Amino acid sequence: MGDKMNGTAVRPDKSKLYYPKMPRTWWLQKPAYLLFMLRELSSVFIAIFLIVFLVQIYQLTKGPDAYAAFVQKLSSPGWILFHIATLLFALLHSVTWFQSTAVVMPLKLGEHEMPRKLVFALNIGAWVAVSAVILILFLAFRG
Amino acid sequence: MSSTNKNIEPLWWGLFSAGGVVAAFLVPVHILIFGLAVPLGWIPDTGELFHHPLVKIYLFVLIALPLYHWAHRFNFTVNDMRLGVPRGPLALLCYGGAIVGTVMTLWVLLQL
Repeated sequence: MGDKMNGTAVRPDKSKLYYPKMPRTWWLQKPAYLLFMLRELSSVFIAIFLIVFLVQIYQLTKGPDAYAAFVQKLSSPGWILFHIATLLFALLHSVTWFQSTAVVMPLKLGEHEMPRKLVFALNIGAWVAVSAVILILFLAFRG
Repeated sequence: MSSTNKNIEPLWWGLFSAGGVVAAFLVPVHILIFGLAVPLGWIPDTGELFHHPLVKIYLFVLIALPLYHWAHRFNFTVNDMRLGVPRGPLALLCYGGAIVGTVMTLWVLLQL
């Protein structure tokens, strides 16, 4: 977009609006912005993981052999790297989500609001407990 | 159309929030189990458990809700990145994609 484009008769109303000039790489300018972008990106990795997981479950409709073959495919270095990266992104999402929960949904104990750090710690505790229960249930009931 | 968008906006925020909770509490351990432990042979698995009705309901929640979390974040972040992606098609791709993913999840789980 050159300067000649602005303020012409084509879009007269737009020239009256304020547009902050932001380079496309604004999110590289501060560590906090980069962390924000990585957090947003985590949802992409999580979504891809869930779709791959769904494809894995879909293999069962073709029989246990197809399922085993798919699991075998996932043991390749590329997929393992993808899942390590995805796990790190997922951990980033969990931690930042619990931090924001402490701010957005503060817990009250009687009249007093609980310290954010305590709410965060409670969330982390619940998360570890839930994860352990899922792992134990899977170990107990897996085929 | 824009008034319709305004009316359903709280729905997207609600699904974003619910999906964020599911992604935060449940997803990491599943990446650990099905992305690493099972493929690397630490925990052998035949997938037998996925046939259980309660497990299927659980899987539906686990897979479908975080897709709306993705949709909402991706929609807003791509707008913030000023890449010049038109808003209408982007929103359609995001929320439409999540809806397609939900239907696919339901379809797969009902096949089992």
